[in-house]
Amino acid sequence: MTGAPQDWTRAPNVNLRQVGKPLVRTDVPGKAQGRTRFAGDHVMPNMLHAKVLRAPKASARLTRLDAAKARALEGVVCVLTAADLADRRAATDIPGQTGRKRLATDQQILVRERVRYHGEPLALIAAETLALAERAADLIEYDLEPLPGVFDPVEALKPGAPIVQGTDNVVATYKVRKGDLEAGFAEAERVVENTFRTQFVEHAFLEPEVGLAWVDENEVINIRVSTQVIEHFRAIADALGVAHNQVRILGSMVGGGFGGKEDVTVEIYLALLAQATGRPVRLAYTREDSFFGHGKRHPFVITHRTGVTQDGRITAVQITMTADAGAYVFLSPYVLLYAVVAGPGPYRIDNVHIDARAVATNNMYTSAFRGFGAAQACVAHEQQMDEIAKELGLDRLELRRRNFLRTGDEIATGYAIESAVWSDDCMTKAWAALGERAPEDGPVKIGRGVATYQQSYGRITWLHDTSEAWVGVEIDATVVVRSGVTDIGAGQVSALAQIAAELLGVSLGEVTVYNSDSATTPLAGTTTATRALYMTGNAVHLAAEALRGRLIGRAAEEFGVAPSEVDLAESRAFVIDAPDKSMALKDLVGICASEGIHRSELAMFRAPFTGEIDPETGQGRVHPDYAFGAHAVEVAVDTETGEVTVLKSVGAHDVGQAINPAAVAGQIEGGAAQGQGYALSEAMIYRDGELMTPSFSEYLIPTAMDMPRVQSIILESRSGLGPFGAKGIGEPALTPVAPAIANAVADAIGRRVFELPITPERIVMALREAEPRKGPR
Amino acid sequence: MAKTDIKLTVNGQEAAGSVEPRTLLIHFLREQLGLTGSHIGCETSHCGACTVDLNGKSVKSCTVFAVQADGGEVLTVEGLAQGGELHPLQAAFAEDHGLQCGFCTPGMLVRAHRLLQENPDPSDAEVRVGISGNLCRCTGYQNIVKAIRNAAQAMREKEAAQ
Repeated sequence: MTGAPQDWTRAPNVNLRQVGKPLVRTDVPGKAQGRTRFAGDHVMPNMLHAKVLRAPKASARLTRLDAAKARALEGVVCVLTAADLADRRAATDIPGQTGRKRLATDQQILVRERVRYHGEPLALIAAETLALAERAADLIEYDLEPLPGVFDPVEALKPGAPIVQGTDNVVATYKVRKGDLEAGFAEAERVVENTFRTQFVEHAFLEPEVGLAWVDENEVINIRVSTQVIEHFRAIADALGVAHNQVRILGSMVGGGFGGKEDVTVEIYLALLAQATGRPVRLAYTREDSFFGHGKRHPFVITHRTGVTQDGRITAVQITMTADAGAYVFLSPYVLLYAVVAGPGPYRIDNVHIDARAVATNNMYTSAFRGFGAAQACVAHEQQMDEIAKELGLDRLELRRRNFLRTGDEIATGYAIESAVWSDDCMTKAWAALGERAPEDGPVKIGRGVATYQQSYGRITWLHDTSEAWVGVEIDATVVVRSGVTDIGAGQVSALAQIAAELLGVSLGEVTVYNSDSATTPLAGTTTATRALYMTGNAVHLAAEALRGRLIGRAAEEFGVAPSEVDLAESRAFVIDAPDKSMALKDLVGICASEGIHRSELAMFRAPFTGEIDPETGQGRVHPDYAFGAHAVEVAVDTETGEVTVLKSVGAHDVGQAINPAAVAGQIEGGAAQGQGYALSEAMIYRDGELMTPSFSEYLIPTAMDMPRVQSIILESRSGLGPFGAKGIGEPALTPVAPAIANAVADAIGRRVFELPITPERIVMALREAEPRKGPR
Repeated sequence: MAKTDIKLTVNGQEAAGSVEPRTLLIHFLREQLGLTGSHIGCETSHCGACTVDLNGKSVKSCTVFAVQADGGEVLTVEGLAQGGELHPLQAAFAEDHGLQCGFCTPGMLVRAHRLLQENPDPSDAEVRVGISGNLCRCTGYQNIVKAIRNAAQAMREKEAAQ
């Protein structure tokens, strides 16, 4: 404990004019008219069309690759194979990677000899038309000699298992040693142990990966691409062997990301083909390409062994985690770390041991996905809480209440939370909002579940994360924001406009944001890790605040008052206590312009910087801060068919400060849908590494008919590190949903399915196991 | 490959083109007419991002050949607004936050437009069934349903006032 907890229940009363209002987002009118140009909507004269040829086996040796017939086809301009790429490799790392057991994380761009996963690229083709590129792909001849593969992370750890990465397939390990585990268990009156499993999950953003590349007159490779991360220009330049300032990434509005456009997708292929042909090249993934072409959410096997007193106080927890990293490392070390930090959940537990490892297999590689390890951790810790409650005969909510973290308490990694922890408030409100319980009807049983979470926002503190933004005011008093931030559909750009409008006293319509261009907008960092609002929102806040200070200072001179007496609103500067003393912002800006007072500001926001955590104990600061909240659901389960219907779904989250409450509610509603799919229907199935679910007819995301009306409850502690006390909601909205549903199903049928997704088959199996056997054995 | 000349009406205007027999309607609209509002999300008719209206029916234009639309009438998202004024559905999608990334939106809007022609006063459940062939990964459908119902009301009121 670090002193008395702060009382975040008395949040400062701030007078906001733009922030906190459910304004129509700036990007919405264009999208509602089909006028928004996505990355795939751009074409250029003389443009070629590209195709990626993929390996149809998960583990094999490429013994022959012959592109002669493809190259001979008229209209085929370029075929690239590994033999054409010299020593080029693609780094799958991000700066500052710190996985405890760091491997070389480079990936071959194209298969040279060894195929490690189903769909690994063998060749790139550029042709005059897409049809020709596709025909050329069919003409490429190759021989694949099957090699023994390993398709389960536990199998991959056994002696003699085929080696996919490193010397033993272990690509990352983390451990936590906090308190005295044995003493904690000695104090316990009950010990509850369970193992929970999760599956491969696909992002299924509606816009498949797409981009257009061209080499300009300065030999700069320009790539207009659907991405969450324009800073990948560096990794792309490294892969191509050119200087970092010779690659430019232009983003567009992104048709959904969810972490699936966090790694490099089509950029390197496009750059190589544009470089090789000297012509513009477009590459648009089909849905099938997309299912093969980016990393999935990690399957985890998580075991909790929890010591608890009879009255429900958790005295110790021992957790083991095994994650399937798939064939390449990508972001697995980070995902594993996030799972570890969130491992025990939002509970104060003094004695914690965690052992976690990510293991390579010949399955599809796994990487970032909304929730980023914390989602899988939540699936385990929240089901475990319900199992403990059942064991003790204690109310499920009450058990949580007796263990919730409070401000000032240390989490598993030893960091003491400084912001508000409103888990109880959120849980209580979400549960109450379920209202009256639906009646049961014959074989249809009703159940309820809740889940709470601890989800970081912002990147790992030893990555020393920064974000930049430029804010300027034009002579006509309209405002311009420039920032590299990518907008993946959550209203990232509009939130920046709202913050600038607030501080400069203009309406949202008077702000234009130019974003997502590595050549012309200051680099803001990634739109990942629930960091865009926190980091870039703060950068815009800093820049706008500095600009505001100069404008107000000059206006105060004009009015003959102190700057503290002047405010900006409705495009005017005025004296707060004498509003008739005012001037148009346009006139004030005119004065500033003629006097050479700087009308713009470039600001950098820096997250807290720390060193790494202790590798032996896992103790130290990992993230800037955490968000807390809850999701509650009511389900109906047909015990004859195993069909689950989600009847009610309520998310309650402390977002610190909602910049745009309508956008926050949208995140909660979307998270409810994605979490529901995670719980009940979505699974990327790899049989011996081969993808069995390459389309939306096998991979089932929720439709409008599957979703109930979702209720969003927004709490505002104003205790976060973001602008105006904001925390974040992108990932938190998703994280508690699946375990809440799992708990509701268990509540309905009296049995738990310990593996996601909880399909009708698994429910029926669980019920059959519970039944006494009928007839002769 | 031999090409076929086709003539059709798109968003109230005559359009003509020369297409291969295998050319899909979505490719004709996007590549030959430059109407990029309709999107390609799966090319297997699962996702609905390419939904357009063909002769008074919703179709997934990734699984209709352009030659099948010869002589027909097509409505895309670009044809919804009239006289510089947003269609009530577009206004409702904006006002009710019925979209996030916006990629499914054009197909969703055109599908909703047809749905309201067929049923001017749908219930929540009828809207959900009606748009169940259009996937959205961002919104949980909540505000899409709300926007469609609010637009339906606005359209009924407008009709009654006329």
